[in-house]
Amino acid sequence: MPYIANTKEDQQAMFETIACTDFADMWRKSQVVVPEPSLLNIPEGMSEFEVISKLRKLAAKNATELHTFLGAGYYDHIIPAAVGEISGRSEFYTAYTPYQPEASQGTLQAIYEYQSMICRLTGMPVSNASLYDGGTALFEAMMLAIRATRRRQVVVSEAVSPIFREMLNTYSSNLNIELIQIPAGADDSGKEELLNAVSDKTACVIVQYPNFFGTIEAWEEFNEQVHAEKALSVCSTYPVSLALLTPPGELGFDIVTAEGQSLGNSLNFGGPYLGIMAVTTKLMRKMPGRVCGRTVDSEGKDGFVLTLQTREQHIRRESAMSNICSNESLCALTALVYMSCMGKQGLIQVAELCASKAAYARELLLAIDGVEAVGGEAFFNEFVIQLPCDAAEVVGKLIDKGFAAGFPLGRYYPDRKNQLLVAVTEKRTKEEIKALATALEAVL
Amino acid sequence: MKYYSEAHEWIMIEDDEATIGISEYAAAELGDITYVELPVEDNDVIVGDTLGVIESVKAASDVYSPIGGTIIEVNSDLEDNPGLINESAEKAGWICKLGNIDILELDNLMTPDAYAKHLKSLD
Amino acid sequence: MKLIFERSKTNRRGSSLPQMDVPAKNAIPEQFKRKQAANLPEVSEQDVIRHYTLLSRKNMGVDTNFYPLGSCTMKYNPKVNERAAGLPGFTELHPLLPQLRRGGALTQGALEVIYETQRLLCELLGFADCTTQPLAGAHGELTGVMLMAAYHKARDDNDRKVLLIPDAAHGTNPASAIVGGFITRTVASDADGNVDIEDLKKYLGPDTAGLMLTCPNTLGLFDQNVEEICRLVHEAGGLNYCDGANQNAIMGRVSPGLIGFDVMHVNIHKSFSTPHGGGGPGSGPVMVGECLVPYLPVSRVQKRDDGTYTLRYHCEDSIGYIAPFYGNFGIILRAYAYMLTLGREGLKRVGENAVLSANYMRVKLAPYFDQKVDRPCMHECVMSATPQAAKGVHALDIAKALIDRGFHPPTMYFPLIVPEALMIEPTETESKETLDEFIKALIEISNLVDTDPDSITACPLTTPIKRLDETLAARQPNLASI
Repeated sequence: MPYIANTKEDQQAMFETIACTDFADMWRKSQVVVPEPSLLNIPEGMSEFEVISKLRKLAAKNATELHTFLGAGYYDHIIPAAVGEISGRSEFYTAYTPYQPEASQGTLQAIYEYQSMICRLTGMPVSNASLYDGGTALFEAMMLAIRATRRRQVVVSEAVSPIFREMLNTYSSNLNIELIQIPAGADDSGKEELLNAVSDKTACVIVQYPNFFGTIEAWEEFNEQVHAEKALSVCSTYPVSLALLTPPGELGFDIVTAEGQSLGNSLNFGGPYLGIMAVTTKLMRKMPGRVCGRTVDSEGKDGFVLTLQTREQHIRRESAMSNICSNESLCALTALVYMSCMGKQGLIQVAELCASKAAYARELLLAIDGVEAVGGEAFFNEFVIQLPCDAAEVVGKLIDKGFAAGFPLGRYYPDRKNQLLVAVTEKRTKEEIKALATALEAVL
Repeated sequence: MKYYSEAHEWIMIEDDEATIGISEYAAAELGDITYVELPVEDNDVIVGDTLGVIESVKAASDVYSPIGGTIIEVNSDLEDNPGLINESAEKAGWICKLGNIDILELDNLMTPDAYAKHLKSLD
Repeated sequence: MKLIFERSKTNRRGSSLPQMDVPAKNAIPEQFKRKQAANLPEVSEQDVIRHYTLLSRKNMGVDTNFYPLGSCTMKYNPKVNERAAGLPGFTELHPLLPQLRRGGALTQGALEVIYETQRLLCELLGFADCTTQPLAGAHGELTGVMLMAAYHKARDDNDRKVLLIPDAAHGTNPASAIVGGFITRTVASDADGNVDIEDLKKYLGPDTAGLMLTCPNTLGLFDQNVEEICRLVHEAGGLNYCDGANQNAIMGRVSPGLIGFDVMHVNIHKSFSTPHGGGGPGSGPVMVGECLVPYLPVSRVQKRDDGTYTLRYHCEDSIGYIAPFYGNFGIILRAYAYMLTLGREGLKRVGENAVLSANYMRVKLAPYFDQKVDRPCMHECVMSATPQAAKGVHALDIAKALIDRGFHPPTMYFPLIVPEALMIEPTETESKETLDEFIKALIEISNLVDTDPDSITACPLTTPIKRLDETLAARQPNLASI
């Protein structure tokens, strides 16, 4: 039998040791006396060759040859070969949480370096070792703000990812949290309305930077006004954009979260992804999730260890700050190696390619008859265009021509049925962008 | 006048003020204390409210208020030196002072003798 | 070892990127641009590879060492699963594609993987339906707890706010219950390590939302009264949640859905052989009986009559979105490959051999350590180092001594109800020879406690660093090099 080491002889010797005659006897003595299931609808096992052949066939049924302009928070970036080589090392991927620091310095130092890079990129002083994904990270940020302020009202802009907002809705439904959603403005996140909603009852305001529609906004004064009510300011961000944009830490945000997939992790049809969370020093000890710290050993040598863990679920049980007990360590390692390979200049180059190609694409698309500009003029690599007809239908027609042209906003914003969210990464060539414009013009 | 609670807080009454901390026994049980989250001055508390959190390497523990009142002072020395509680839990390691107290609430607490007996019963 | 930042040199590059083929002109106004570049390292590709390869060698993993970490099921991670998960047809697939018109047809292979994984898990565990969305075990717990809340809410049974949790449960259970909006009550264990039924009965009543039971429990024991416990909770109007963290023990032998559980999560990264990744990503699918099917999170993968697959979003009673998409697809795919490889017979062999190995370990070690309950265990055995602790050598010291002997230590100081606990889970993939070597090492350590205790408390001596100052780490946190 695959993956089971013991031979019949081994089993016999072990049965003798434990004074059982066979497996049936062993189950009986272990007091497992409940009825045995038949499992008749589970097929017989397959050989390795048969399994991989079957999965290759399934993989081939998925289209990955599309020219993709689909983003909406999840982006198709270049991943250097070195990234997979490191995350594929089984010394990393077959280890567990580094509870024994002497036997886990590899994972621990990697986490410390990851935390350091997230701080350097976001401009925040403290990062945790990662959370599940961008959406759950935003929920944890909201809960952190609620704990820190002892208030239960949360104000969130509808220019925050609708996928994340759906998750916030689900999680807060049983928790006596007042979640106030504020419609986005014509070309901003609805700043004025957001501030009007903030009061001395508000735990935090949640915005996205750049926002879901791609727009970049100024947040300094906004955050000052949020702080005047002693509320916290939370932003969800796009890490690659931060190579060019003012980091959220310099804009006065208290908690910064992000979906970290764009940092070297594959799209993987929805996961595993990477939840990034960084906070101010003041919130450090209230931050959920694992954290790695640098310290010294008994001989004064530098080393790394999990720290600030005593408020977590395995010790605090029902008083814990969060029920989360794992991080996405391997995805964090992937992001770390990606940032190391790209380096200071490489990540800027990626971001500049994205931003220039997006600006070029927007210009070409807006030149088409019937296509109009929507939203703010300042954007990174994603923007919205208004079509003369239902965007979902147009996208359907373009799929037949080999393009994933973007994300039709009508799915989450009923009043934006004709609007299309288009993302451009460094992978898209000038030819592909021109071809998209030609194809779009042809189907309108 | 000094009293103890079942949750191992001590409380010392002088004039109309109460000084609160955790007992030497509790400090020893927690081990090396690494951080103390102090209460906020001017906040009102009632019996059983959480005053703060004490973290050690192996545990994090709430500090409950043995009586009600208003927080008039916190021991800010603990911010930089949480180990003060390990060194001197019932003197220099005090956590906060309460005003506006109701001495009738002290009836529910233990005298030092009663607390010593209580500790013996835990062994 | 140096940090990657300390290997940095100005203008060194570790990546090559396409040329700019459009005008270098973007739509980011000057006012929004960062004034100083993010201080990422400037290193060559070789620097990166050497740095992280060297770091990887400072780790113990299942591929390098026996790793009997109790409660974590550190079994072998088959390489064909990694190969499958690396196929570009899966890795390059955008999760929003099936949400585009005509996009569903382009993701049929991926949707089939999810559908079939859900079906196999339901068959194996005896449930009606499944969601692969939860991103980890604790996330599965939270999802399950929210399904229970939705069930009571739909019946206007709004007083059912209490979840009962045995004292032997993982700390995650009470934490998940609270995040799910419940309050918790702790049920005691009896002398045999089972749920104390009389204590349970005291808590059952009109406020009972349900019971969260780890099965087998954290002492590594199967509760012989499990069917009666489930019946009692049902009679009181509650639901039964099975924490499947220890599912490897009963793989193929017990289907929790058939013995009274209404909802269950499994940790794919434990029982279904996917890598632990140094602490994630995991995956925690949730299976439910008929009564909870309407509340499952959206979206749901459905099979049409013509054999094609589709996503359903409009489910009136659903609790909503708990993950951005369909779960940790890359992990689910590995578990699917694992179940295909093992098949019906192979899955049965897993549970049997896991339990056999743990009992073998238990019997061999019994003369040297204490046991809270002296009875056959399931897939893990809990030993108590109280005899050694009496002589000044604690579970922690024994753990460090094992590291020096080339073994990853067992779980220490858990479950909390066992003093000086060492929780050993050998798993079915390890050979008898490996178990024997580990047993030999533990006996040698135990003997040294009598003859030379200092040689144990001084451990580890062979590792890149010695015991760390954890008090310093927590008092003056240094969490980043900025």
